Amino acid sequence: MSPPSGLLRRIIPCLDVKDGRVVKGVRFRNLRDQGDPAEIARRYDRQGADELVFLDVGAAPERRDTALDWVRRTAEQVFIPLAVGGGVRRVEDADRLLRAGADKVGVNTAALDDPPLIDAIARRFGSQCMVLSVDAKRRPDGGWEVVTHGGRRPRGRDAVAWVREGVERGAGEILLTSIDADGTRAGYDLELLRAVVAAVGVPVIASGGAGEPAHLAAALEAGAAAVLAASIFHQGTYDVQQVKDYLEARGFPMRRPFHE
Amino acid sequence: MSNGPQVTIVDAGVGNLGNLARAVRHLGWGPTVTDAPPAIAAARILLLPGVGAFRPPRERLRGAMEEALRQALDDGAYLLGICVGFQLLFERSDEFGDTDGLGLLPGEVRRLPAGVSLPHIGWNGLHDLAEHPLLAGLPEGVAMYFVHSFAALDVPPEVVLARATHGAAFCAVAGSGRVLGTQFHPEKSGGAGLRLLRNFLHLAGGGAPLPATRRRGEAACS
Repeated sequence: MSPPSGLLRRIIPCLDVKDGRVVKGVRFRNLRDQGDPAEIARRYDRQGADELVFLDVGAAPERRDTALDWVRRTAEQVFIPLAVGGGVRRVEDADRLLRAGADKVGVNTAALDDPPLIDAIARRFGSQCMVLSVDAKRRPDGGWEVVTHGGRRPRGRDAVAWVREGVERGAGEILLTSIDADGTRAGYDLELLRAVVAAVGVPVIASGGAGEPAHLAAALEAGAAAVLAASIFHQGTYDVQQVKDYLEARGFPMRRPFHE
Repeated sequence: MSNGPQVTIVDAGVGNLGNLARAVRHLGWGPTVTDAPPAIAAARILLLPGVGAFRPPRERLRGAMEEALRQALDDGAYLLGICVGFQLLFERSDEFGDTDGLGLLPGEVRRLPAGVSLPHIGWNGLHDLAEHPLLAGLPEGVAMYFVHSFAALDVPPEVVLARATHGAAFCAVAGSGRVLGTQFHPEKSGGAGLRLLRNFLHLAGGGAPLPATRRRGEAACS
């Protein structure tokens, strides 16, 4: 028996942002404009999203600084946790995002290039805002390798070992994306998820592959503290509350929105 | 900037105070972030936020800022501590050996028990809500957003306004007279958190408690 806890699992819509606009595409290609980040964030907030993750997809390839106006505008209107990733390379990048209104920063490529960046951000701002974002790809011979640049660049590191190191360095949460599952809408890589959940004590956010509510239930069953999904919400197939109703009916207590 | 009544956010040198200021402004009040003792001493509505560890903000407050805080309270100010700012209100914390708190509320801050994931990050339901203007309109089970590993655990029941459970039941909201606090982040807890903040500002601003609102769906809490 684990000790009692009222901690609720989180449903997190993910928004890809490029040049201050929400875009949609498959693996960063064929991007189409979806609207203003603050406006879309407000919509998800009203639907009962527990947190929002923004990924600045324009940031890494072009090595461009994250423009911050949309973060600021979102934080002025939406009062749930906001995590922003993409292009965070230095402590100063994290500082600028947090000042603009992000509650957490996601660090991916730069942490692999310079692992002490994790320690530095955690020490300066606290582990609670240092989210280590890890993209993992199945190895033909078993296990998972860390990849970057949308899966195009293998990094020669075992994903589970890298997550463990990241947590030791101070990462407070893990955003775990299966590059194999991402964009398939065929479900999360549950085996990867179980391996990572078993390896670390911090919350693990499952990402990549959600196509229907049953996939989210499976990820929660596998131990995810939170599930991240993009297309199922963006395409309007399901709204967040419908998904929460589904999950609640299957025994996962969910936060109910409070309306004044 | 808002032209609403002034709210003083005490900057104890840790954490990002921007989102708390944004929430206060959103509610129509005028936030001022300051670490200046004269401004703190003269304040009538004080917010004491904080994230991370107990000791850095404790040491930062020690001396002139703490005296100013006590002066303001002696002169009738209301104070709401948030997260580590809430923990600072108690008598002591064992986060780094033993550190004394401000002692404005009875109780001690200790690490949450092993066996649950720490830090406790996420939404958790409040239970055992007291009848108190700070909680007006909030239903039993309402979820708030928490980020912490330590919690106020030995708090006399008369000071506990609500509890939450993660490994153990802990004090999530406390209050004694004009000194109040929440372990969670009301500025990050959606509509429910904004309601609590608004209740506090209304109470501190001398208004009557806001009327309870209709419940539209209660938060689930196992």
